Amino acid sequence: MTEQPITIEPKKLRVATCSLAGCFGCHMSLLDIDEKLFDLLKVVEFDRSPITDIKHCGPCDIGIVEGGVCNAENVHVLKEFRKNCKVLVAMGACAITGGVPALRNNVDLWDCYQEVYHYGIGLENGQIPNDPELPLPFDRVHPINEVVRIDYFLPGCPPSADAIWKFLTDLAAGREPKLDYDMVHYD
Amino acid sequence: MIEPDVCDLPGIVERWGKDPANMVQILRDVQESCGTIPSDTLDQLARLLGVPRVRIEATASFYHFFHAESHGAYEILFSDNIIDHMAGKEALKAYLCERLWLEPRKLSEDGLVYVDDTADIGLADQAPSMLVNGHAVPSLDQTRLDLVAELIRAKKPLADWPPMLFEIPDNIRLAGPLTGDPFAPGAALQATLARGSDATLAELDAANLRGRGGAGFKTATKWASCRKAEGEAHYVVCNADEGEPGTFKDRVLLNSHADLVFEGMTVCARVIGAKQGLIYLRGEYKNLLEKLQSVLARRREKGLLGNSILGEAGVDFDIEIHLGAGAYICGEESALIESLEGKPGKPRNRPPFPDRCGYRNQPTVVNNVETFACAARIAERGGAAFAALGTPQSTGSKLISVSGDCERPGIYEVPFGVTVQQILIDCGAEDAHAVQVSGPSGTCISYREFDRRIAFEDLPTAGAFMVFSRERDMFEVARNFTHFFAHESCGFCTPCRVGTSLLRNTMDKLAAGKGSAYDMNEMKNIMHILRGMAHCGLGHTAANPVVQTMEKFPDAYERRLKKLDFEPAFDLDGALQTARLITGRDDEWAHLAND
Repeated sequence: MTEQPITIEPKKLRVATCSLAGCFGCHMSLLDIDEKLFDLLKVVEFDRSPITDIKHCGPCDIGIVEGGVCNAENVHVLKEFRKNCKVLVAMGACAITGGVPALRNNVDLWDCYQEVYHYGIGLENGQIPNDPELPLPFDRVHPINEVVRIDYFLPGCPPSADAIWKFLTDLAAGREPKLDYDMVHYD
Repeated sequence: MIEPDVCDLPGIVERWGKDPANMVQILRDVQESCGTIPSDTLDQLARLLGVPRVRIEATASFYHFFHAESHGAYEILFSDNIIDHMAGKEALKAYLCERLWLEPRKLSEDGLVYVDDTADIGLADQAPSMLVNGHAVPSLDQTRLDLVAELIRAKKPLADWPPMLFEIPDNIRLAGPLTGDPFAPGAALQATLARGSDATLAELDAANLRGRGGAGFKTATKWASCRKAEGEAHYVVCNADEGEPGTFKDRVLLNSHADLVFEGMTVCARVIGAKQGLIYLRGEYKNLLEKLQSVLARRREKGLLGNSILGEAGVDFDIEIHLGAGAYICGEESALIESLEGKPGKPRNRPPFPDRCGYRNQPTVVNNVETFACAARIAERGGAAFAALGTPQSTGSKLISVSGDCERPGIYEVPFGVTVQQILIDCGAEDAHAVQVSGPSGTCISYREFDRRIAFEDLPTAGAFMVFSRERDMFEVARNFTHFFAHESCGFCTPCRVGTSLLRNTMDKLAAGKGSAYDMNEMKNIMHILRGMAHCGLGHTAANPVVQTMEKFPDAYERRLKKLDFEPAFDLDGALQTARLITGRDDEWAHLAND
């Protein structure tokens, strides 16, 4: 019998993703890399992510965060990611600047509550909920780099599938991620 | 509707020739007679001038001194430079507010008075200072503010206030060829007419005069290139928008040596073939306006302005004064031209430079006040005499505006090449620890570098010279400057609009004792973005104060760092307080640890 060459499977990168105050559009764009997802899965495996439905992340190589920080729960998630991920990436406009959810920063929080729970169309005897299970909102929406240290910013609303693919494959190959101009140019 | 007797809009528009290019001047007059620029005025102006309302609104909303809401009968703006802070500005402002029973940035209950801050008003040698309805009141102390409070409560019109409140001495401590020697109005012009334009240009070239606004471009080259440029008309513009904090030399030149400046402009007009000149006087120097108008009138009487100057047929030139409205960026020559044309003061793309495409897209020479004064001296005495002073690359003298921790703040006219140490000895600042040369956008030098020289070869300057003693906190100096730049960024380009705000926010975070090494790195990154990406000089230099003080006075920063790695930008638990109050929650999940 001829001896089989020993092949060592390269260790896959462990990746966690989450969406905070965002619209999941960045995650949709991640799925938009289509058939290349199979190539991607050859080099990465997913930990906590909307794709896997794992609720808490363990030690990971890369953490990808979509959306800004709008409530206390977001902070807990973000800190969990920072604690467990070697590299933390802010993906998309909301994570980087606060984006669309941050439009509420010009509206008083009390007015927001009133509008939603007291004066909304069809509401009768509306009451402001005080259940501890509900995440408590901040008075403003913040970009995630104001709460934890972020290593990379992946711009776009959403970043295109190609940009995400390029970014992840660069990281997986141990290269400094670099996006060409046409990948961050939108008009 | 504005009552016609309160604000005569058609009259104002008529006075400015129904020309939308005079929009800033028109809005100034509206603001002055109405106290505000109400929304419906904009509609009326649009109709009278035949331009879209948005164009007027763009200008009206750009300038700090224009506002749509009432600021009462008395609008008080405290100069907010670090020098004013060092002289006790914050305490004095609080004192006045207390005396008048009001809060800053809020119109008093009786609608009478409004108190706020404004960028440096060109009185750093007489700090702290303030503007009352645009008129400068220097050397504030409690006694003077007591008087001001009494006058306001008695509702005395500003015209009846004691004149001593508005007295502004020149404080020339060391005179030189510009400020010390007598000047006979007309002497430089006569020499120019006798010599001819080519020879005058040659004298200017021999003098090797370089622009005094800070950039140091060779004046003869600028004039020659403008002269050569083809156009329907040529213009001479004097940049008297002296907005760089700590600079006040133009105030003094215009107050006491206006003839020299006007004559320099007229010489320039003769050389480049211009019929019209404009002075862009910063709004903060409104108190000089009347005096300057009278000097102009006198010069017209003497035949030094107007048609056939000095009896020479075909030599026609006159000067008009335009007032600014509180925008530092208008000191940049292309933004200044935009403002002269009635638009928001946003810098143009350069090239083309104004010498080919300036005011009304015609060839225009834009020079600093001091440059024109130098040009007059050169025309009068010749280039060689001028070049005898100074260094080979920086000829002549320079007016230095000294302020801060010294015994004798004021104007020092020194030959180029003088050491910082020498000026410090002259002004009585033996225990100086640092000097900010040429204002926030200039260079911060520490006590280790006091042997450096004021010259284009070493330390170029527009004139500011702010002295800081050992007790001063250089971090606070830099922080004050970041607030200044964030306020004065014109908002046209994103790197500057966002970058200056991020710098300010990060410096405030450090000031609150919540800094980390990460923030220090971020500020360095922002500096690179500003230097490489900003549209104009404001953005390019906006990070200088931070980067230079970080390098030269690292202790001032390091003792403010809470952590080496990272610290959130805001109080996590505190930011939940509003929602806790609204929901009445106080459970474990309604709190965050600020670790």
